Amino acid sequence: MDKALTPDSPDQVLDAVAQALDQGRPLEVLGSGSKRTLGRPMYGAQPLVLSHLEGITSYEPEELVMSAHAGTGLDVITATIREHGQHLAFEPPDLAALLGTPNTATIGGVFACNLSGSRRIKAGAARDHLLGASAVSGRAEAFKCGGRVVKNVTGYDMCKLLTGSYGTLAVMTEVTFRTLPAPAEAHTVLIRGLDDKAAIIAMTRALAGPWEVSGAAHLPRAVAAASRVAELADGGAATLLRVEGPKPSAADRAKGLGEGLGDLGTITGIKGDDALVVWREIGDAAFFAGGDGRQLWRLSLPPSAGAEVVDVLTITQECRAFYDWGGGLVWLELLDPASASPDAVRAAVAASGGHATLIRADAETRSKVAVFQPQPEPLARLTARIKENFDPKGILNPGHMYDGV
Amino acid sequence: MDMPKPDESVLNRRDGIIAALGELLPGDAVITDRDELRVYECDGLTAYRQLPMIVALPATVDQVSRVLRYCFENRIKVVPRGAGTSLSGGALPLADGITLGLAKFNRILEIDYGNRLVVAQPGVTNLAITDAVADHGFYYAPDPSSQIACTIGGNVAENSGGVHCLKYGLTTNNLLGVELVLINGEVIRLGGKHLDAGGYDLLGVVTGSEGLLGVITEVTVRILPTPPAARALLIGFGSCEAAASCVSAVIGAGIIPAGMEMMDAPAIRAAEDFVQAGYPLDVEALLIIELDGTAFEVDQLVDSIEAIARDNGASSVRASADEEERLKFWAGRKSAFPAVGRISPDYYCMDGTIPRHRLPEVLGRIAKLSSQYGLGVANVFHAGDGNLHPLILYDANKGDELERAEAFGAEILKLCVEVGGVLTGEHGVGVEKRDLMGTMFTEDDLKHQQRLKCAFDDRGLLNPGKVFPILHRCAELGRIHVHRGRLPHPDLPRF
Repeated sequence: MDKALTPDSPDQVLDAVAQALDQGRPLEVLGSGSKRTLGRPMYGAQPLVLSHLEGITSYEPEELVMSAHAGTGLDVITATIREHGQHLAFEPPDLAALLGTPNTATIGGVFACNLSGSRRIKAGAARDHLLGASAVSGRAEAFKCGGRVVKNVTGYDMCKLLTGSYGTLAVMTEVTFRTLPAPAEAHTVLIRGLDDKAAIIAMTRALAGPWEVSGAAHLPRAVAAASRVAELADGGAATLLRVEGPKPSAADRAKGLGEGLGDLGTITGIKGDDALVVWREIGDAAFFAGGDGRQLWRLSLPPSAGAEVVDVLTITQECRAFYDWGGGLVWLELLDPASASPDAVRAAVAASGGHATLIRADAETRSKVAVFQPQPEPLARLTARIKENFDPKGILNPGHMYDGV
Repeated sequence: MDMPKPDESVLNRRDGIIAALGELLPGDAVITDRDELRVYECDGLTAYRQLPMIVALPATVDQVSRVLRYCFENRIKVVPRGAGTSLSGGALPLADGITLGLAKFNRILEIDYGNRLVVAQPGVTNLAITDAVADHGFYYAPDPSSQIACTIGGNVAENSGGVHCLKYGLTTNNLLGVELVLINGEVIRLGGKHLDAGGYDLLGVVTGSEGLLGVITEVTVRILPTPPAARALLIGFGSCEAAASCVSAVIGAGIIPAGMEMMDAPAIRAAEDFVQAGYPLDVEALLIIELDGTAFEVDQLVDSIEAIARDNGASSVRASADEEERLKFWAGRKSAFPAVGRISPDYYCMDGTIPRHRLPEVLGRIAKLSSQYGLGVANVFHAGDGNLHPLILYDANKGDELERAEAFGAEILKLCVEVGGVLTGEHGVGVEKRDLMGTMFTEDDLKHQQRLKCAFDDRGLLNPGKVFPILHRCAELGRIHVHRGRLPHPDLPRF
């Protein structure tokens, strides 16, 4: 394989893409590679590593906005904004432990993959927090989109196009995103022993109430057992509801939530560091770390269908699953490589509506199986036309999302 | 304002096109009579008017698909239209185009409380969605001021906001899915009842695309539980600077209110004269800050903000004691536009967004421009997110006042871009700000936006003449250029 290109300025990124375009040679666009194995594998592409293109270029805490070069480490950014009591509200997950990759996510990679954690249900996804970007398209032309303000309808919302495009349309060189006040405190309400369907009902009630729930997850017994929080690991299934906000009203809401769900079982709570640990585990799907390359799927579903989809799958698949987003996000590990059936997963999702992404599998499986949800024909053609317009020679992460795109 | 030159060959085919549409649609769904067409000659930006060639009012997705397919095959331009409340001319007709009205798509298709969503046809009004779910304790959060009339399909096309988007986001943040008919008649679905649509975020791209990418025939939106309590604060300041610093201090304290609105002295006086909301008249700036949530939290935050306001030199602070008083505080702000309409024969509403901390400077420069152009201005803002609505006062019947108002408005928008903001926060580019796009975007920026357009509509038939000042042909945009003569690249680091 060719040596990795390691540009440290937007101009050098432009040069790198121009060179690849000139030579008709594909590039594998990477931040630091922490999510490198998420997607269809690319063979023979020259790595374009953005992690040297780093540095916060502007931070205005009072405007709740930061700009940074795409290769800036997520850890650098979170540490900087934490000093001002701010955070990335969409809780970007850290999938390194799951994927066996370096734990060095870059901010560009966070937005390129559009992955969001438990607070997605209240604060929105990564895509809702990207305000602006500079990028180099597969035409080796630099362009910018968006701005530095939240309210902006000037032209197409091109930031949305780049978020979640996994580097297949353009190489982002700089991103501008929202930094929001971190809540003063968080409370986690815990209900033990609910089966999956009862847990979905509990979460639905919590989310339909006035308590401003910012996390709603359910860990069936087999998943809870893998938690590093001792109290959770040996108490059976756990349904967790998080309430955040200013002191003391967040506590008041948590109390109201507990009372509101009191008829469903014994209400307790998780405190302090234990709560931080388990919400981190939920966001990162850390219960499935390691896993010897067992297939791991991430399903986005209508929340009320979550338990049903898992139920149907357990008929043919030996699996472990847990729920986030009030049931709308299911992480599903297929335990038996011999019988693991992507078709079964996709069929179950098709019945409820939604989509499934194969987050972890060996390279051979990821070459053969559609990693991202296959699209119906008119939409697939539209996707291909967009790729063609932004990257006509197919030099940016070709085939990384869809075969031939 | 120049629109694309009407295509004589299309105009000459008008009778044939009418006959063809008659085959595709019921008889009463094709409007050709000059007087009836008049209804569609403009949208909320009434300074620009144009009779459409024909108006088509399909009632089913299949009809939309067949009409678009016909227009695609016969190269006829199409202007989609909801209720026609756009303030930027997004639905301004074309002399050689068909205006495609979605008014007959007026049904709510599904209310799903378990998944907290509503599926509606695009012609349903914004407020009708909230009305449909209010009894169950839910509401739809984005609340543009035209919410009684504007349609949810139009909201998606324009990515509409409102006073509550500071806390709850714009349309794009509350949208789960759409059904979209492409110009070639193909029907696609983006998103659905789940979060994150999957694949390229075309749902995000279509939102705010001003009818240039497709015609929306179904919309799925999230609904939220109605907060049990809401209170508003009415805070007066001796200067706009003090009010602006209060806004920053509230956000700096980690509070994101449901709404944070600001009015300057001319707007306060006009509103108070109109509705007697009890606004203080001895102040230069007024903030209305609304908190919602549990009663406990609302009371707590009201206390916090009262203290912040006094620390920032507020000359008067009132917190609503009951719902009646809260609504009264809002009455003046909500009637600010008609109130200004009473003191001036015409007004021109601008819509730039700026970084919050540049507000005092921008207001100062707007005041200078006001004397320079000899036209008054009243300012209302969504202060929390820096979205300005300066209302330029003019009289269209007086000499060159309209031209001066437009020039003044353009200067304000350029100023917004100069201080790090944008041309439009929620009203859209349409025809109104089209020719200013170059102040914010380079040629390459705009070309990439148009390449997105080419993927959806390479014949440029959907709403041409809006948003982009120069219409490049997709064939021209498709060429690959050789780069700057900088090849090869000896300096590129590699390891």
